[in-house]
Amino acid sequence: MSRIEVRGLWKSYGERVVLERIDLTIEPGSLVAIVGASGCGKSTFLRILLGVERPSRGRVLLDGAPLPPEPGPDRGIVFQRYTVFPHLTVLDNALLGLELRASRVFGRLFGARRRRARERAAAMLARVGLAEALDALPHELSGGMQQRLALAQALLAEPRVLLLDEPFGALDPGSRGEAQALLLELWEERGTTVILVTHDLPEAFRLGTRVLVFDRVRRDPHAPERYGATVTYDLPGHNRARSPRAPAAERASPRGGPP
Amino acid sequence: MRLVNRRPGREAALVLSLLPFLLLVLAYLWGSAVRLAENPADKLLPWPSTILETLRGLAFEPDRRTGQLVFWADTLASLGRLGSGLAIAAATGAVLGLAIGLIPIAGALLSSFAAAAAMIPPLAILPILLIVLGTGEASKIGLVALGTAPVLVRDVALRVRDLPEELLVKAQTLGASTWHLAARIAAPLVAPRLLDALRLQLGPAWLFLIAAEAIAATEGLGYRIFLVRRYLAMDVILPYVAWITLLAFAGDRLLAWIARRLFPWAKAGA
Ligand SMILES: Nc1ncnc2c1ncn2[C@@H]1O[C@H](COP(=O)(O)OP(=O)(O)OP(=O)(O)O)[C@@H](O)[C@H]1O
Ligand SMILES: [Mg+2]
Repeated sequence: MSRIEVRGLWKSYGERVVLERIDLTIEPGSLVAIVGASGCGKSTFLRILLGVERPSRGRVLLDGAPLPPEPGPDRGIVFQRYTVFPHLTVLDNALLGLELRASRVFGRLFGARRRRARERAAAMLARVGLAEALDALPHELSGGMQQRLALAQALLAEPRVLLLDEPFGALDPGSRGEAQALLLELWEERGTTVILVTHDLPEAFRLGTRVLVFDRVRRDPHAPERYGATVTYDLPGHNRARSPRAPAAERASPRGGPP
Repeated sequence: MRLVNRRPGREAALVLSLLPFLLLVLAYLWGSAVRLAENPADKLLPWPSTILETLRGLAFEPDRRTGQLVFWADTLASLGRLGSGLAIAAATGAVLGLAIGLIPIAGALLSSFAAAAAMIPPLAILPILLIVLGTGEASKIGLVALGTAPVLVRDVALRVRDLPEELLVKAQTLGASTWHLAARIAAPLVAPRLLDALRLQLGPAWLFLIAAEAIAATEGLGYRIFLVRRYLAMDVILPYVAWITLLAFAGDRLLAWIARRLFPWAKAGA
C-alpha cells in the first residue's frame, strides 16, 4: 500500500519528447489502468517508475521519498514477454526471490529455511493454480500459466507497488479472463497498489479503479517529435470492489470530458 | 519431384552418410595396392595389416627405452594438456565474459582489450611462451588456453549482453544483487552457449596443442607424428591422425551430451 506522486515529469530521448507535463497522485491500494496509442510512452512511464529510466525533468516520489534510481524489491514487475526464468522450474522461479533476499552470498537457501520458503512459495503457486506444475519448466507451461507464475513470483516479494506492462496482451481470451480474475482477487486480498498498462479498453475499465489515458494534446505536423504524451483523461474505472482510501470524487478529477 | 524435396529414408540416409568414408578407404586401398605392387618396400601408403602391426606394437608392447606403452602414454599426455588448457580457457571465458557482459564498468575497461587480444595469432606467441614458461607442460597448456580463451570471453560477453533486459530487471525487483545476477541468472543462462563455444574451439585447441607438441615435447600425439615424419613412417602417422580425429569427434559429442543433460531447458529456445 503505497502512494506514488509524479510531479512535472518529462521524458525525452534526444530531440524526441515522449512524455510531458505529467502530474499524478496515485492513491495507496488503487488499481490504476493506463491506456493509450502504441508508442505513446506507457512502457516508458512504467520504466521510469521501475527505475530503469530516469526522468528528463520532474520527480517521482514513493511514499514521499524520491524513487530509488534502480529496480528493487519495493516495485514488482510483470512484463508481457520474458517474464519468468527459463532455466528454473516453476517452484524454483517462485522460490528465487525468497532465496535472493535471504541469502546474500549463495542466493540459495538450505535445510529448514529452504523448507519454510518452499512452503510459502508452494502456497502462493497453489493460489494461482499452479499446484500441479511445481516441477515443470516454463517452456512446458501455457502462456497463461507463465503469466500467473510471473504474478505469483512478483507478489511473493511483497512489493509496495506492482507494475504490469500488458501482462495479458499475448493471451487467448479464455486464459486472459482467468488471469484478470486472478489479478483482481490477489489485489483485493493484498491491497497492493497496482499500475496496469493495457491496450484493451474493456480490461482497463473492468479491472481499474481508475483509468488514465495517455495521448498527445499538442501536435506539430512538421515535427511530430516535438511534443510528448500526457494524461489526457483521468476517469473512474468500474472496479469498486474495494474502494481505496481516497474518496471517489477526488479520484475522478477529469482533465477532459469522457472520450 | 524436385531434388530439394526428395528426402532420403532412414536407411538410405545412413548408407549415404557412410559412402564418403567407404570411398576414401577404397581409394586408399587401391592406391596402396598399386604402389606396393610396384615397390614392396614403399612406405607412403602402407597396407592396413602393416599399420595394424605397427599400432599393436605401439599400444601393447612397452617401449625398449622408457618401458611405456607409447600409444597410450602419448594419448594421456595430449588429452591432459588439452583438457587443462580448455578448462582454464572456459573458466576465464566464464568469469571475464560475465564481468564484461554484465558490469558496464568492467565492459568499458576490458572489452576493447579482449577484442584486441583475440586478434593476436596464438602461434605467433608460442616462442614467447616457450621462452617465458620453458619447454615443460606449462607452455603447451598455456598455448591451448591462450589460443581459445579470447573467443570464449567475447562469446560469453556477447551472450550475456543478448540476454533479455526484462529478465535482469525482473531479477532485480526480486532483490538480486550484482553477484546474484551473475551467479543465479546470467551464468546458468549462458552456460549452454559456453559449452557450444567450447565445442567450436575444440578444433583450434587441437591445432595449438599439436603445434606446441611438435616444437617442444617428449611425448604426446603431436610429438610422435612430427618425430616419425623423419622416417616417413606413414604406418604411425596415419593411425595417429585417425585417432586424433576420433578423439576430437568424441570430445564434441561428449560436450553436446553434457549440454543436453545439464540444460534440458535450453533446447526449447528460451
Ligand atoms: N531508449 C530509447 N531511445 C529512443 N527512443 C525510445 C527509447 N525507448 C523508447 N523510445 C521511444 O519512446 C516512445 C514510447 O515508447 P514506449 O515503449 O513507452 O511506448 P508504449 O506506449 O509502451 O507503446 P506500446 O503500446 O506499443 O507498448 C516510442 O516512440 C519509442 O520509439
Ligand atoms: Mg509498451
